[in-house]
Amino acid sequence: MSDIMSDMTQTSTPLVVFEDVRIEAGQASDPKVLAQGISFSLERGKVLGLIGESGAGKSTIGLAALGYLRGGCRVAGGRILLSGQDIVPDLGRKGVLDLRSTRIAYVAQSAAASFNPAYRLIDQCVEMALDRRLMSRAEAEERAHAYFKRFRIADPVEFGRRFPHQVSGGQLQRAMLAMAMLCQPEVIVFDEPTTALDVTTQIEVLATIRDALAEEGLAGIYISHDLALISQIADDIVVLRHGKIVEQGPTGQIVNAPEADYTRNLLDQTPLARQPDRTTRDAPRVDIRDAQGSYGQLKVLKGVDLRIGQAQSVALVGESGSGKSTLARALMGLFPLTSGRIELDGQQIGSLSSRKASVLQKLQLIHQYPDTALNPRQSIRKILTIPLRRFTRLRGAALEARLRELLRQVELPETLIDRYPPALSGGQKQRVCIARALAAEPEILVCDEVTASLDKLTADEITRLLGRLQTEQGLSTLLITHDFSLVRALADEVIVMRRGEVVEAGPMAEVTERPQHPYTRRLIASIPTFEPGWLDAQRVAEA
Amino acid sequence: MKDLMRSPVVKMMVARLLIGLGTIAVISFVIYGVIELLPGDIAREVLKSQATDESVRAFNERLGLDRPFLERYFEWLGNALHGDLGRSLISDVPVSELLAQRVKNSAFLAVLAAVLAVPLALLLGILSATFRNSVFDRATGITTLACVSLPEFALGYLMILFLAVKTGLFPSLSVIDPGAPLLERIWQTVLPALTLTLIVQAHMSRMTRSSLVALFQRPYIEMAELKGLRRRKVVWRHALPNAMGPIAVVITLNMAYLLTGIVVIEAVFAYPGLGQLMVDAVARRDIPLVQAASLIFATFYVSLNTLADVIGIVTNPRLLYARK
Amino acid sequence: MKKSSRGRLHWQPIIGATIVLFMLAVAIVGPFLMPYGEAEIVGFAFDLPSPEHPLGTDVLGRDVMTRLVYGARNSIGLALAVVVLSFLFGASLGLLSATLGRGVDFVLSRFFDLILAIPQKVFALLLLAILGTSLPVLIIVVAFLDSPRVFRISRAIGLEINALDFVETARLRGDSGLGIMLRETLPNSLPTLVSEFGLRFCFIFLFISALSFLGLGLQPPSADWGNMVRENASLIGFGEMMPLYPAFAIALLAVGVNLVTEWLAERWSNPAHE
Repeated sequence: MSDIMSDMTQTSTPLVVFEDVRIEAGQASDPKVLAQGISFSLERGKVLGLIGESGAGKSTIGLAALGYLRGGCRVAGGRILLSGQDIVPDLGRKGVLDLRSTRIAYVAQSAAASFNPAYRLIDQCVEMALDRRLMSRAEAEERAHAYFKRFRIADPVEFGRRFPHQVSGGQLQRAMLAMAMLCQPEVIVFDEPTTALDVTTQIEVLATIRDALAEEGLAGIYISHDLALISQIADDIVVLRHGKIVEQGPTGQIVNAPEADYTRNLLDQTPLARQPDRTTRDAPRVDIRDAQGSYGQLKVLKGVDLRIGQAQSVALVGESGSGKSTLARALMGLFPLTSGRIELDGQQIGSLSSRKASVLQKLQLIHQYPDTALNPRQSIRKILTIPLRRFTRLRGAALEARLRELLRQVELPETLIDRYPPALSGGQKQRVCIARALAAEPEILVCDEVTASLDKLTADEITRLLGRLQTEQGLSTLLITHDFSLVRALADEVIVMRRGEVVEAGPMAEVTERPQHPYTRRLIASIPTFEPGWLDAQRVAEA
Repeated sequence: MKDLMRSPVVKMMVARLLIGLGTIAVISFVIYGVIELLPGDIAREVLKSQATDESVRAFNERLGLDRPFLERYFEWLGNALHGDLGRSLISDVPVSELLAQRVKNSAFLAVLAAVLAVPLALLLGILSATFRNSVFDRATGITTLACVSLPEFALGYLMILFLAVKTGLFPSLSVIDPGAPLLERIWQTVLPALTLTLIVQAHMSRMTRSSLVALFQRPYIEMAELKGLRRRKVVWRHALPNAMGPIAVVITLNMAYLLTGIVVIEAVFAYPGLGQLMVDAVARRDIPLVQAASLIFATFYVSLNTLADVIGIVTNPRLLYARK
Repeated sequence: MKKSSRGRLHWQPIIGATIVLFMLAVAIVGPFLMPYGEAEIVGFAFDLPSPEHPLGTDVLGRDVMTRLVYGARNSIGLALAVVVLSFLFGASLGLLSATLGRGVDFVLSRFFDLILAIPQKVFALLLLAILGTSLPVLIIVVAFLDSPRVFRISRAIGLEINALDFVETARLRGDSGLGIMLRETLPNSLPTLVSEFGLRFCFIFLFISALSFLGLGLQPPSADWGNMVRENASLIGFGEMMPLYPAFAIALLAVGVNLVTEWLAERWSNPAHE
């Protein structure tokens, strides 16, 4: 009977429907609107992509599809339907619980935090199948093992016996996919499932998800901040901003003929701020030779060389664990090398405490997270004044004038000068960080993933700003990054690192256009593009 | 066996036990050495008006103050390890004799209070964390805040006032006869035990609640809900197994707290325990007795704290199952 | 989302602050308004309440109301002195330990671990037995025994802040340890330290009242909320509540401080209020 019913609905109604949904938090009298006017529908076997930057409300909407609202949030208007059945607001909390896992399942961003540390993976995968009495334990485990195997995990039985902290992030994400699929739901919500992974791992997980959905005819709601990535997996895309829908439509239409300016900006891949190449024959300003270092037993730098010339920009590229950040920290004097030399203008420089003020002044670091790089209890004026007083002779009116000049250089309005960092946006904070580095009148700027924590549009602006400053001020720069669009925009030379070693080095154009080392090729190929069929091509190349 | 010794858990446990032993050793040194802090002549300070040259000399001889400090300390410690804790300054009876029955009485009171407090506190803590911000949670919160804010002795007197004087339900002062049958002893000990229970369970249930509330904010708890598990199962299956370690630590820490709470409660009920004995000895400046009682309290206290750390180590799955 | 919790908690700081301010006013102004002296004998023992003695007289025939007011001054003043001392000692060393790290941190941490491993109440008794009970000794002993808790929390919050990139930036421009502590660490740890101050005050207040109750706190004839209970305890055997009035005052103040502290902690832990 129920089978006939579901057969009928299968042909007639869409699987998930949002009808003018409004989600609020806070008191009813003075609500904070997290999402409004959200309407879309998802057909069986299709994948819907939800794209937006942080604060766009995409996770809130994704969770609402499961009838789940985080603490303090509520659906203040509209309806959410699953197979024509009204789940919000009609089904109560208990009614919604029964739908999860069997009808609609969830895959979280951080698999490491979302698995219970106290249980083995297999026990967590089969939990709901046993709880709902869908099958015997042996059957459930067999199914789980079959999924593990299909997701290319070498020894499924042994894998299942492990605890979450004993396996890698990419493997955990696959285990979570198996967990979501075990009770054969009709739709799975994916909340940025690859964001925490390295680019090369990201592709494998993405392809696994897409194949698994296709093979079982499942529908998916895929949430991401990366439009290129989402275009590889979604049939339809909903673009979100500030809790509202900017535009929606089939993937091809969104990618090829976007209507909203916002979407066009997200799609914009024109090279940023490319300056003429600066290759210099002069003696290097920074010269690192045979740098070796370790954290305890683990060797993180295995003999690395690095040279930065006058007014030259060198990019240090690699995935997490490659040692690129460690090398930058060693240059700054924050990480002691076990052997090797670091020279600045021909003079060896040692640990931070042994460095003279002139060395400290020449080398300035800009951090990845502007949120933690600024003291929240110092005004912007104070933040910029400290290095000015330390490293320059400017005082009084001259200092005041320089403060305003610095703000102009980083394109910040002067009115911000007496504000505190918490009142600024992420992009503004990063500009303040750049201004603070410039205040010291440095000669070498070390940028540690300076755009990685920003939304695409803000990141593009910061990249352009850095490009302009490089040219105007003749700064030498070391860019620590995994983002090739930043490399293409700013770097003259590229050094690719992997597991503490340099695998390839050379002029930017050569390394990015004609990479010699297979790892570099893979790294570049792993960056999602808007090209239809890119994912399949990667899959073939992998095999 | 060799493998076992190499496991990080065993290593950490052994290290923790050694630290515990070391701490007791250092504390014993401090307990014995504090006397040296006293400026001037301890004998005159203690004997006050009765200090004649002769009595001072006799006093110094009795405490052995005429010999070097380290020599005296090691002799004291060695004797203490054999159960000889010196003689009382006031009554000249061996300290161990004075202590024997008192320690048993205090232990009886502490165990009775613990047996009542632990299940009560866990139940209240788990329920208020599970039903956070419910009427039950708020009522428990206000009650425990009141219990924590009221001085321990006032809670004791309130018990006496309402459960003994006004209603005559229980005896107000504890007359302990070691030979009496168990039920009779419990009857005599009920009021102090109840008072201790109230104090300790208040701290314990607050700590249990807050450690569980922190746990409930972990992503894997949200995941369990997103998998469609009922609230009860989320708590029992996903939260509590991870809370066992922290809760066990909370229990042992509060047992240590209970141990020192005994000092005040015994004074209120004139309960013939170690705490009461120590307070009297302090008033009379019977220094060997005070030192011995301090040493016993400190040993139990450090042991419980060490136990809390060891439990914290063995209940951590990340330590139990090493990365591969 | 945060707003609802703030709205719901609104009564909490108002009640708490009212209690705290009232108690402070009594402690500071009260003694000047009382018609009798702190230890003045004005009647017979345990007189019933009358217009001259609204709360009756105590075991020696002193006015209970007057002694309560003087007790407020003595008890609150004593506890404040101890907390301030404990913070001066514990918080400065804690932040310093977190900032300097390495050897200094190791030595200080082991030292405070050791004090923390000592049962507080028992050690207070031991020290007071040997050193005798006088006001300075009492303040120093209790502050010393309490300081490890302040040290621990200051060090923890200091380490947390020092791991942030703006502290690294300060180190990279060559700031000294003390400069970093004063300019970067301290301002950012203040919220935590202030709410910890409230909690420590409650704890110390109760701790000292327990010592006073045992006869080891403030010595007679000075009035103290703890020793007043002890002096008049015999009256409880006759079913009278009077001896417990000071205890209720202690509890009231503790609740007041708790309410304010909890609210502050909640507000500050909430970035939405920044």
